[in-house]
Amino acid sequence: MYKIISSRFANAFTGLFRLFLATIFLSVLTPVAQAQIEFTVTGAGDNRFPVIIPVFENESRLPNPVSDIVRADLTRSGLFNVMDLGPMTVPESRTPDLAAMAARGADAVLAASVAPLSDGRFEIRFRLFDTHKQSNPDLGGMIMRTAPAQHRLTAHRIADYIYEKLTGIPGYFSTRIAYVVKAGKNYKLQIADADGESAQTALHSPESIISPAWSPDGSRIAYVSFEEQKPIVYVHTLATGQRKVLANFKGSNSAPAWAPDGRRLAVVLTKEGLSQIYTINADGSGAHRLVNSSGIDTEPAWSPDGQWVYFTSDRSGGPQIYRVSASGGSAERITFEGDYNVTPRPSADGTKLAYLTRSSGRYRVAVLDLASRQVSVLTDSTHDESPSFAPNSNMILYATVVGGRGVLSAVSADGRVKQRITAPAADVREPAWGPLLK
Amino acid sequence: MKKLLLPSLLVLSLAACESDPAIDTAATDDANASKTAVAPVVVQPKDSAGNLPDWARDPYKNSVYFDYDSYTIRSDARPLIDSHAKLLAQQPARKVTIQGNADERGSREYNLALGQKRAEAVRRALRLLGARDGQIEAVSLGEEQPRCTESTESCYAQNRRGDFVYLGK
Repeated sequence: MYKIISSRFANAFTGLFRLFLATIFLSVLTPVAQAQIEFTVTGAGDNRFPVIIPVFENESRLPNPVSDIVRADLTRSGLFNVMDLGPMTVPESRTPDLAAMAARGADAVLAASVAPLSDGRFEIRFRLFDTHKQSNPDLGGMIMRTAPAQHRLTAHRIADYIYEKLTGIPGYFSTRIAYVVKAGKNYKLQIADADGESAQTALHSPESIISPAWSPDGSRIAYVSFEEQKPIVYVHTLATGQRKVLANFKGSNSAPAWAPDGRRLAVVLTKEGLSQIYTINADGSGAHRLVNSSGIDTEPAWSPDGQWVYFTSDRSGGPQIYRVSASGGSAERITFEGDYNVTPRPSADGTKLAYLTRSSGRYRVAVLDLASRQVSVLTDSTHDESPSFAPNSNMILYATVVGGRGVLSAVSADGRVKQRITAPAADVREPAWGPLLK
Repeated sequence: MKKLLLPSLLVLSLAACESDPAIDTAATDDANASKTAVAPVVVQPKDSAGNLPDWARDPYKNSVYFDYDSYTIRSDARPLIDSHAKLLAQQPARKVTIQGNADERGSREYNLALGQKRAEAVRRALRLLGARDGQIEAVSLGEEQPRCTESTESCYAQNRRGDFVYLGK
């Protein structure tokens, strides 16, 4: 099974290249059930993995449907061609007619059933099958007990399971994102599911909030607030709403970035003049200058192994991306193409660096392959900002401007799949993709 | 004598002292001074360090503008910076915040650093002109508080600036 899928994905990539050469773009613009999200899959065409996700047996007993959300998640990833069977269900309790499913064009099928529990919760059992395998077609399954109010999280977890089984890399549908909404003169720091749904407000403020950064365990967010008429860095525990000042030195305090161990952060302070990068303990003690320059050093981001801190510096004139050992020392320049490269954000697997690049007056998301040093510009917009990788390193979330308003979008690291995550009804900016919750 | 009529209470009290013949005059002055001396304490309005002149209150007249991608003080900004440096030198308890700003293009954090660079340029100029270090805080608002919100060059130019902001306006 695994090999079949790998070769299918390989086909998808070579197919993409062919389509590029022919300058034929097959676009799918499909508003999904939740209406908040649009997505475009460019050049993927028939190479997406065909999978059947039927309505769950007894799904109508759930207050809110779940299989719709599973289908939406998988479809939006751009990697799957998701089919259903209309009202027909495929119960988890027995092996489905795999030949019939294969005849419908599916390479995998989900069998799933719902049963109410006496305590008001529901039990969802599901199992994934390979339609082409004669022996051992069962790819595995799960039993979940869930409260009705958790139906979205349950669906995202099922989608994560299917995604991981079929691609070999973890899904990201049950992760969360943070972002800032500006409405009139008010600002809200919001936390939502990765699909932009179930938004909750962590902070209301009459002043701007920027640079939210997730702690590695997903329980806290560091951010910069202007509520005191100057930038101050806070650490905010999401579950309790407790806020603590992390850095409020003379001058400006900004650009928090958590070290992978969650015990310290990199921040930018100006207590000695211009913006410079310091490390600081998570309780605000022990600020220690990490790099020295006579110009601007800012936007630190740790490599996932904790060895490097990537940052933006104007030491060579215009802003370029550099990195320095997390224990200090001399900086190494990373970007060379163009005269404006900022906001370095490494992928969780450490192989890629997303950043913002300017050319011909357009600000776009680019990705650098750290091994080959090859750069790809992924978007064709004009005002992109704040890229951040999904924890599986496959998608990049960013802010852009459509019709004069800020919206969130995501693009796959190969540029093939593009999603709009929020409808352009509010002014949304400063997204940050949260970690995988273990 | 006409001059002495003005502080009439003082004249009367001095006359009273002089009328007592048993007390050595020199000693009396010292003893009375220690018993009756009142050290004047002036309660300032809580956040004021003296009179803030009207010209320093107007937010639109207390901005230093910068050229595109530039962080050096233009010659047309010198008179304003001179005035603020004089005010700070004359009122040592007075504190000012220099808020640097940047236009909206590009990364918010990088723009915050650019705003800081402008605020820092103003801070250094004030220091050279006699203001004390403890009187000035240079901070940046980056692109977060634009004075002008259109995406035009003339609008961007209004947002590339440093503002003098005093406590106790």
